[in-house]
Amino acid sequence: MENFTPIASLSGGVLLGIASAALLFFVGRIAGISGIFGGLLNAKQDDTLWRAMFIGGLLAGGVAILFVKPDLLSFEVDRSTASIIVAGLLVGIGARLGNGCTSGHGICGIGRLSPRSMIAVATFMTAGAVTAIVVNHLLGGRI
Amino acid sequence: MMHLVIFLCGFLFSIGLALSGMTQPSKVVGFLDFVGNWDPSLIMVMAGAVFVYFVGQRITMMRDGPKLVPGGFQLPTRTADFDTSMIVGNVLFGIGWGLVGFCPGPAITASVTGNPAVLIFLVSMAVGMYIYGAIDTRLSAREPDGGAGLHEHAMLVALAEEEKRHHLP
Repeated sequence: MENFTPIASLSGGVLLGIASAALLFFVGRIAGISGIFGGLLNAKQDDTLWRAMFIGGLLAGGVAILFVKPDLLSFEVDRSTASIIVAGLLVGIGARLGNGCTSGHGICGIGRLSPRSMIAVATFMTAGAVTAIVVNHLLGGRI
Repeated sequence: MMHLVIFLCGFLFSIGLALSGMTQPSKVVGFLDFVGNWDPSLIMVMAGAVFVYFVGQRITMMRDGPKLVPGGFQLPTRTADFDTSMIVGNVLFGIGWGLVGFCPGPAITASVTGNPAVLIFLVSMAVGMYIYGAIDTRLSAREPDGGAGLHEHAMLVALAEEEKRHHLP
């Protein structure tokens, strides 16, 4: 467990909670990234500006981190291009079919004690754990 | 004003993702693979986020509506029913998430690095969402838990009000 970063992760989590709660308080919206981003792709008229502003904020935050603390965004992806494409397609289709992702179900759904979201989170965490374990231990971490 | 606040919410969300370590796929896979060298950081992220949101949402719900938009809150109405398609979606999402360690938020934040793996993931994810959205036209009449969908009227009213305020003496 030498990779455990309890303080940084808790602090980051608190910021995620504040940002999501602020979006609800000021605008009355659920901070579900897949819903906000997906709605931008299957756009309807007059519904794109607020979504674009939120995604723009996400990107601007990323740029700010690159300037202030770039090591938070230094990482390696040890997967083949084919795996990454498959993973992206599954996450995209799955988030829409499953009505949300780690933010919408995970933070907002559980935060409002929605049984539907709790089932969703338990389901994708189980599927994710099985996948990660199979990839790391049965396939030797290379796929 | 409303759009500036939305932008700042996205900005803060992004900082939270990076600070928590969730923009590093190894920390996500390290959590999901609890058999190996387990990294429980994701539990701390969820604990902090869920607790703050739980409190913030309780306080917010004492109001009749959001501060900057007239009308009510736009919350998912389905909170207790489970259908097969949702579960299938969650399973597909989980497999993709566990395979590489990216979910939508962190992928968008991390895309600013220009890392080819993230960009490929993000484009594939967008294609997946687009394909699904294009096939399932019912999406346009549904309110996903993730926040897309109905009640656009309230936003239009907000914009009209804002405009009116600027034009009135």
